[in-house]
Amino acid sequence: MSRSVVTRPAVAIRNVSKVWTPEGRSPVNALQGLDFDVAPGEFVVLLGPSGCGKSTLLYMIAGLEATTSGLIECDGLKVEEPSAERGLIFQEASLFPWLTIADNVAFGLSIQGVLPVRRREIAIEMLRRVGLSDMLDKKPDELSGGMRQRAACARALAMKPKVLMMDEPFAALDVQTRARMQDFLLQIWRDSGASVLLVTHSIDEAIALADRVIVFTARPGRVKTIVPIDLPRPRPTRDARYHEYRDLFTELLAAEVERAFAEMEAA
Amino acid sequence: MTTLDTPTEIMPPVEPRARPNFAPLLRQLAGIGWAIASIGLFAGIWELLWYFELANPLLLPPPHLFLADIPGTLKYFDRSDRIGSVASGGGFGALLITMGWTTFRVVFGLTLGFVLGTAVGALIHYVRIIRNLLLPTILLLAPVSPVAWLPVAIFVFGIGDVPAIFLVFITVFFAITLSTGAQIASVPKNYIHVARIMGANERKTFWRVILPAILPSLFMTVRLNLFGAWMVVLIAEAVGVGSGLGQITTMARATFNSKLVFFTMAIIGLLGFLSDWGLRTMQRKLLWWVAPNQGGLL
Ligand SMILES: Nc1ncnc2c1ncn2[C@@H]1O[C@H](COP(=O)(O)OP(=O)(O)O)[C@@H](O)[C@H]1O
Ligand SMILES: [Mg+2]
Repeated sequence: MSRSVVTRPAVAIRNVSKVWTPEGRSPVNALQGLDFDVAPGEFVVLLGPSGCGKSTLLYMIAGLEATTSGLIECDGLKVEEPSAERGLIFQEASLFPWLTIADNVAFGLSIQGVLPVRRREIAIEMLRRVGLSDMLDKKPDELSGGMRQRAACARALAMKPKVLMMDEPFAALDVQTRARMQDFLLQIWRDSGASVLLVTHSIDEAIALADRVIVFTARPGRVKTIVPIDLPRPRPTRDARYHEYRDLFTELLAAEVERAFAEMEAA
Repeated sequence: MTTLDTPTEIMPPVEPRARPNFAPLLRQLAGIGWAIASIGLFAGIWELLWYFELANPLLLPPPHLFLADIPGTLKYFDRSDRIGSVASGGGFGALLITMGWTTFRVVFGLTLGFVLGTAVGALIHYVRIIRNLLLPTILLLAPVSPVAWLPVAIFVFGIGDVPAIFLVFITVFFAITLSTGAQIASVPKNYIHVARIMGANERKTFWRVILPAILPSLFMTVRLNLFGAWMVVLIAEAVGVGSGLGQITTMARATFNSKLVFFTMAIIGLLGFLSDWGLRTMQRKLLWWVAPNQGGLL
């Protein structure tokens, strides 16, 4: 995706660091000196060894955690507290079991004071978009993992977010469901026009989805490289360039995973 | 690009035309059957002991004896709520009134303990100064048996309804207070994150997310303490209240009326069973999202 100089970035990360200071344990240097932009409507994948601070970064962009130093801006405004404009989706769907699927999707609207009839309309529309029209009045635990994750998407989308963040959203799903969910996500992304920031462990997922892949170093997480994926969608898995990307990411990650392990053993 | 119109995953498995499902009904009937068998066996052994003159009917009158003369037994039940009042005719209405009083004390005490316990538990969890001030005392008092509170209750509240209700209250209050904090702490963090992202302030987050998340286990705490509540209410009634099943039991003991003792015990058992069933039904209706749990006959 081309980035023109005039458009303001949807998310701007300016020299951001995070040190966790858990009670009774030594502080953890989670992220150090991050600096990158996400363009409006861009699909960015964050790839890195586990424990390098990817989730931490999403939490800070969401406004759930403060940065230790540096600045995060969304649409030119400093992020200081959570906002429904920056939706966040977790590995487990985290739907409220005491609400029906439709009420879960309408939860944010209800918090914002939207009236019940209108809420229901929006919930119906959102669930139609994610292919769950006949699940309106079901309980969350009556749905499969993939369906729950789509309902969680619908819940976030109902708030018309400008940025949609997803923290390993498909990690708990089986391979077939995962492939479908990736198609589904690309569709949602195009429809909504939101920027997407997705964390994954899967190199194939990163190549299948991203405009740009941001590769993190092992902890303390830093940007190792940023790789734009220059392939048409759907991504041609037989293409030689696909395999070049694959090899590149495998190599980049292997080095970092090794470093992470070495550090763990030293500790 | 695949379309999402017919994702395989959301297609429900094709089911044959649903036939009426008798399994739950059968299971329920089987449950009732076993209940009858169980009680029948117990009563049968008792009757046999009586028949072979191993059980003295004056001390251990078998069911057919203590259930035979119900009008006679009902004479002892009193319509007034006064201590020491002489049974004034009794009858079926008086039995119901007596049962009603005891049930009311249990229900009222449990409700009060549930509501106040949750409130105090939440305050202890959220407000540091309240936690520091209250928690040590609560931990100290929690293990004290409710029965030990009886004299205190009578000193403070005098003779009457209040001590009985207070004792029931004590049975659940500490358990609920202590479990509330633990439950709040174990609400999945992501639930709270979702609420915050959606713009809920702390008050809304509590009422809309935390409370519904902890309600099922708090309700379970009440259910676990229900039988305890039935035990203490009888003790309180026996000592300090002029009505109720506990008072009847005391009178029956004092007048050496074993038929009345066993009759009252049967009524108490029935009430305990019904109230547990009532709580389970309430749980099913109010907390519909919790998987129905086993452990009851109906
Ligand atoms: N709430 C927290 N308190 C203290 N340390 C944390 C917290 N969350 C994450 N960390 C630490 O920060 C580091 C990065 O964690 P995380 O962002 O979850 O990594 P990732 O998502 O990339 O696997 C880890 O070492 C983790 O232990
Ligand atoms: Mg993570």
